[in-house]
Formats: sequence, structure tokens, C-alpha cells
Amino acid sequence: MSEIVRSGQEAPEEPDFAPAEHVHPRRTDVDPRAARRAERQVAILFGLSAVFTLVALAAYVLIPVDAGVSLPLAGPVGALNVALGLSFGLAILCIGLGVIHWARKLMPGSEVVAQRHELRSTDEDRAAAVAAFERGLDDSGFAQRPIIRRSLLGALALMPLPLVIILRDLYTSPPNALSPAEQLSETIWDGGVRVVSDIADRPIRPEDVPIGGLVSANPENLHEVEEAAGNLNARAKAAILLVRMRPDEIVSEQGEGWSYEGILAFSKICTHVGCPIALYEQRTHHLLCPCHQSTFDLADSGNVVFGPAARRMPQLPITVDEEGFIVAQSDFQEPVGPSFWERG
Amino acid sequence: MSAVMNAGGKGAGWLEDRLGNAPWLRRQINKVFPDHWSFMLGEIALYSFIVILLTGVYLTLWFNPSMTEVVYDGSYAPLKGVKMSESFASTLHISFDVRGGLLIRQIHHMAALFFVAAIALHLLRVFFTGAFRKPREMNWVIGCVLFVLAIAAGFSGYSLPDDLLSGTGLRITQGIIQATPVVGTWMSFLIFDGEFPGLAFLPRLYSVHILLIPGLILALVTAHLLMVWYQKHTQFPGPGRTNDNVVGYPFMPIYMAKAGGFFFVVFGTIVALSGLVQINPVWAYGPYMPDQVTAGSQPDWYVGFLDGALRLMPNWEISALGVTLSINVFFPAMILAPALLTVLALYPWIERFATRDNREHHLLDRPRNVPVRTAIGAATVAFYIVLMIGGGNDVIAYNFDLSINTMIRILQVSLFVVPVVTFIVTKRIALSLQRRDRDLLLHGRETGRILRLPSGEFLEIHEPVDEETRAKIMAKADIEPLALPEAVDEHGVANPEAKKGRRRAKVSGFFYKDNVPLPTEEELAAARHHLEHELDEAVEAGSKAAKEIAGQQSH
Repeated sequence: MSEIVRSGQEAPEEPDFAPAEHVHPRRTDVDPRAARRAERQVAILFGLSAVFTLVALAAYVLIPVDAGVSLPLAGPVGALNVALGLSFGLAILCIGLGVIHWARKLMPGSEVVAQRHELRSTDEDRAAAVAAFERGLDDSGFAQRPIIRRSLLGALALMPLPLVIILRDLYTSPPNALSPAEQLSETIWDGGVRVVSDIADRPIRPEDVPIGGLVSANPENLHEVEEAAGNLNARAKAAILLVRMRPDEIVSEQGEGWSYEGILAFSKICTHVGCPIALYEQRTHHLLCPCHQSTFDLADSGNVVFGPAARRMPQLPITVDEEGFIVAQSDFQEPVGPSFWERG
Repeated sequence: MSAVMNAGGKGAGWLEDRLGNAPWLRRQINKVFPDHWSFMLGEIALYSFIVILLTGVYLTLWFNPSMTEVVYDGSYAPLKGVKMSESFASTLHISFDVRGGLLIRQIHHMAALFFVAAIALHLLRVFFTGAFRKPREMNWVIGCVLFVLAIAAGFSGYSLPDDLLSGTGLRITQGIIQATPVVGTWMSFLIFDGEFPGLAFLPRLYSVHILLIPGLILALVTAHLLMVWYQKHTQFPGPGRTNDNVVGYPFMPIYMAKAGGFFFVVFGTIVALSGLVQINPVWAYGPYMPDQVTAGSQPDWYVGFLDGALRLMPNWEISALGVTLSINVFFPAMILAPALLTVLALYPWIERFATRDNREHHLLDRPRNVPVRTAIGAATVAFYIVLMIGGGNDVIAYNFDLSINTMIRILQVSLFVVPVVTFIVTKRIALSLQRRDRDLLLHGRETGRILRLPSGEFLEIHEPVDEETRAKIMAKADIEPLALPEAVDEHGVANPEAKKGRRRAKVSGFFYKDNVPLPTEEELAAARHHLEHELDEAVEAGSKAAKEIAGQQSH
């Protein structure tokens, strides 16, 4: 006779649950006709689901991917998307509704009660666990052999370092590359670089910019640089705005002689967190960032007049070349875009 | 049917021979789950997550997260010949050339919106009902981490298509990273492999979005569910429901059917909605260009509060000693939001500091019964909502023809005033509801039937509250604020814990001193007696209504 009793094989001491005291019979419990009706409803829902699945399959085969349809509120949308979404959605939904209806109407409707047990183990069990742990610890000698413990902890602390150091080359700088802060501090603008309009990509003459006008522009060499670099990094710093106002409207500029006949060039990149800005109010000469509403006064050195940006919009010194096109006098004299620690 | 059952039984037997799992299985089949509509919020989150995983796998079959420039040559005519990243081009390919691709994309995005919203609401439900109390603090913390991960999952996901809107969002993120004191510039260069936007970021974000974050979510969701299962679900107070039992439906078949059915309902609803509603039409925004932007750009709703914090922050920046500290960017994004979430995660211990309550709680609180907690929650929600309104201030200002500057000023003030007002009002409302509950117990429900007694006296017939309401009200636990500790003990020795104790008593008083206690047994007995007497009088006077009520009472 074996004396071994596995804990799981003991007979349950108490039932898993007992019926609750409060029972409210449903119609389906007392009226067999109602129960049969519910049964039919559930089956109909499952049947509908099957039909909708077939509709979805048919829609996939029959409706061309580029067919459009106009919906009352949504306007013109893809016909296939609507047909597939509706039919497949309903196919899924009907299964869910059917199952829930089945559970609510036909499965036992009264609640049951189960007992909870305190989650904390008995003091004896806890003490036994502690004793076992201490026995294990003792047997390992982890506490008694400090030299092993310390050398292991030291080794474990050092071991992940290669994994960390490898992350250094998340940024692979080419040899002789400028430091990150220096890279952020310069753009591809330089003395004599022509200003070209953003859309037409053509050099601009002063007479192309009317008073009150706003032109989104880039340096002429942008495309070559982008092609060579294979990325848009230069664009993210070099984008500018040209505005023209009557010379007497200019309150101040960031440098003497930086404008040309009332035409001023400012960076287009917000000094807050770097959104490009294009909302310009002619009358007040205010430039408003659409992202966080920083507002700059272009007639007054691009200073911040409102919003979370702390620094003025950098101004690009411009003039015209011998052919009469607007060119930069030099690069920006301060970093464009959002602030950074080393900016000073 | 019986053949299937036989086969199933054989399979189960085969497993049981090897695992000995029958007793375990029996307990799980018979496990009782309480029912309440608010318990479904967490279910919605879980089910949307499953839908997200499913559709996400489909999207990976066609999506190409590359920032290499290509010239678009797909079937969406307006963008033909336009230069864009592979990322954007493959998103267009999924949307216009893959049959059903747009639907999968829309389901994925819609389910993500459901996911974050359901988590947020579930979190509020757990907070306001005190379900985070012992023994469920760990699950509360896991839940808070899941909330953050869900936001990160959403944000990393909608940033992948590289459209103009999401690219602008990434530019803002890069600006925030760059504003980190000391290490910001290098952090940004490491993350983007150089300057913004570079070519490396989207592929990196892709592995974060499809591997790292979902892996973490999956692991934590599993732990979350196992813990719910193991600790058994909490329940709302009601007749027969105590802290020591769980009243509800057994797992098989009812809970299984309801929860399983509900998965299909959530899934089906998301799919049908995705067929009808257009979500994130990236083709309308166009490809991302770092020098272009759309006015009124709005992130998905769950990022709104962060954007609002950036908008409402004053423009403080310190430039000194050759370095720049961008408080205006760094504080709202890297201090405020994480601090808010940390306090949220630690809240169970903050409250325990006031209660020193070490009991297990399986019966949920009605929010009114813990007025200060409820008020703190409401104030936090108010704070969050002001930030969120801040995130959409331009859209609101435009649509309601307001000055954006005035709007921002008002919101800046509101950020401090509205939570305080919300706290006070919520606490008052909760206390009033407590008084009403007490009143209901003592005086019963006013039936609105006025009776004139032969003596000429007018009497309103009061009906004693029904058993369910009574059980609900009586489940309240009256917590006494902790007493001030003695400064010196009976021997005149200074109590070393006095200072800590005083602080604790203060916090405890803040939480519990305004509590409206439940009536005592004597008060209840007296009230019952009074009610019966009144009813008797009314019955004698020939009131039919009173007779009915008295008849119900004697049952």
C-alpha cells in the first residue's frame, strides 16, 4: 500500500462554487417557447455571419481595387474598402452577438458564489520557504565565500559593457567629420549661393518678391548636396523664407545691411522644436508656427513675440549678384532650428 | 458530436497522463468571474491588442520601412512622379494597390485608437473603485507601464508611413531629444545616425514598433492576466457579496461565452468601422519634407496632452557658461509627463501612507465613499484634459474664432485653477452622495405619496430601501483618520516617531476627516422603528400604498 498522496489528488474540501441566494428566473427559463425563439435567434445570427463572410469573399473577387463609391457622410471612398470592411465586420460581429445572446438567454442565468482565500500563506509555510532558501544559500556558499561572491558580482557588472559600447556606432561619423554641435551650427548656405524658390526651383530677382509677399526658398545647391548625401539633412536646416516689406516698416535687423531693398531672409525652421513655419501675417509681419504657436516678428529682427520658443528666428544676410539674383552674403551667423546644450 | 467529444476526451486524457492537470483544470473550469459592464474596458484593450497583432503581421508583408528616396509610380494618380521615401511609397502601395490592404491598415490604426482609449478608461475605472489596493498593487504598476507602452506603440506606429504629418511629429520628437541637458545633441545623433532626418531612423523605429514594444506589451499583458486570474477578480458590493467571496458566473460556459463573444464584438466593430470611416489618409498629407508643414497638424489623441504641455509652457531658456538649457522644451516633455505617470504608478503607496491599511481588498469602493481619492482622480483628469485642449488650441481657436493668444493664456491659468476647483467640487459631490446614502438608510425612499391623517397631519410615505441598495450602501468601510501620536510616552520619554506620525496623521486627516459615517446599529434600529410606526399609521388611515409597502416588508 502506497502512502504517497499527491496534493492535487486529494478530494476537494469544498465545492468550487455554490448557487447564489438571489435567483431571478428569465423568460427563457420558464417559457419553453421563449427558449426556442432564443435558440432560433442565435442560429440566425451564426447563419448571417456565414452569409456575410461569403459576401466579403465575393467583394474581394468582384470589386476592382480602384473603384470608388460616395457615402453620405464620408464622401468619396474606396468601394472595396467599404464592402470588405462592412461584410467582414458584420461576419465577425454576428458570431460575437450570437454567442453572447446564447450565453445570456440559454445558459444558466443565476449567479454562483465561490469563496476567496487569503493570498498570504500560513506562517509555517512561509517559515519553511525561508528555511529552504537559507539552506540553498548556505549550500551554495554564496554568503560564506566572499571572494567568489565579489568576483562574480564584479564580473557580472562588467560583462554587459561590450553590449553598451557597441551602441556607440549607432552614429557612424565619417572620418574628419565635424562634431555634432558643429554640424548643427552650420548649413549649406554660403556667400554667393543663390536663393531659389521652393516650388519653381528658379533663382529669384528682387522684383519677383512683391511687398507683403512671402516666398519659401532654398539654396541653389540643395539638390546636388541632397543627391550626394542621399538624405534630406541639408534641407532640414537650409530652408528659408523671403519676405518683403517697405524699408520704413523694418524696425530692426539682426545685422546691418542684411536685407536688400526691404527683402529679408529668415530661417524657416522654428527655434522651438524645429517645425517648418509658413503662416505669415502680412499686416503685422508676424510669423506663426503651426505646431506650437510660437510667433516671431520679422520686422523686428525675428524676435519672439509669443509662444514657447525662446530664441529669435535666425536671419540670413542677403544681397544680389551681378546678374541681379538674390544670393546669400554668408551662412547663417547663428545655429538654426531647435536649441541644443552646446549651443551656448 | 459524440465522436468529437470522444476524441477530445482522449486528447485530454493523454495530456493528463503526462501533466497530471485534472484538478487544476477542474478549478479553472469552475472559476467564478464577477460581472459588471466596467470590467469590459480591460477586455476591450486586450481584444484590440489581439486585432493589432493580427493586422500588424499582415502589414509587415508589404510595408518597407526605408527612407531611401524613390519616385512614386503606383496607382494613386495625384502623387505619380513625386519623390518620396520607400516607406511612404509602400504605404501608398498597401492603400491603393493591395486589395484589402487599405482595410487592414485602417483596422490596425483604428484598433490602436481603441487600445489606448480602452486602457485609459480601464485605468480610470481601477483608480476610482480602489481596485489597485492590496493585493493588486503590482497589477496597477504593470497597468501603468502598459499605458505608457501603448502610447509608445501608437506613436511609433503612426510615425512609420513617413507622411508629412507624422514626419512633423518626428521632427518635434527630435527637437525634444536635442533639448535634453548635456547629452541631447549626442542622443539625437545616435538615434538618427547623425542629423535629422537621416536614413537610419525609420528602420530603427520599425524594429522598436514591431518587435520591442509589442514583445514587452505581450509579456506584461500575460503577467497582468495571470495575476487577475490567480488573485480572482474584484467585485462591486451587493447583496451576498463580501470581501471573502466572489459572486458571478463560472468560467465555463458563461464567462467563456461572454468574454469570447465579446472579442468578436470588439473585432467586428473595429472592422466595420474601418470600412466606413477614413482614418489617417496619409496620401492627402503627402510625403514628408523637412521644409514643409500642414497647418493645424494634430497628433493622434493620446499624444495630444504632451503636445499641449509643449504649447502651454512659457518660453524659458537659460544660456550661461557656454551652454544652453531649454527648460521650455525639456520640462514639459521630459519632466512633467514622466513625473505625472510616476506619481500615478506609485499612487497605491501614497494612499497607504494615509491609511496604513494592510488588509486585502476584493470588494470595490464606490467612488463617493472615498471622496479625496475620487477628487484627486478627477483633478488629475482635469489637468490632463486642459493639456489635451492645449494640444488642439489652434483648431479650437480657428473653429470658434478665438484669439490663439488669449486662448493660450486662459489655458495656462486653467492648468492650475481647474484641477483645484475640480478637486473641491468633486469632493463636495462625493460627500453629498454619502449623506444621501445615509439619509436613504435612515429615512427610506420618498414615495411622493402624501397622506392626510384623520388628525389633520400630513405625512409623506417613506419606503424602506430595497435590499440591493442597502447592501451597496452598507458595504462602505468607514475609515477613521489616524490619531496624532503622543509627543512623549507615559514615562516622559520623547517619542522618536512623533514627527513622522504627525505627518502621517495630517495626510490621513486630509483623506478621511470629512467622512460621513454610516448610521450605527442603534440609529438604524431607531429609524426602522420610526418608519414602521409611520407606515402603521398610514395603513390605519387607509392608505393603499402604505399597505402595499407594509405587505412587501412582512415578506
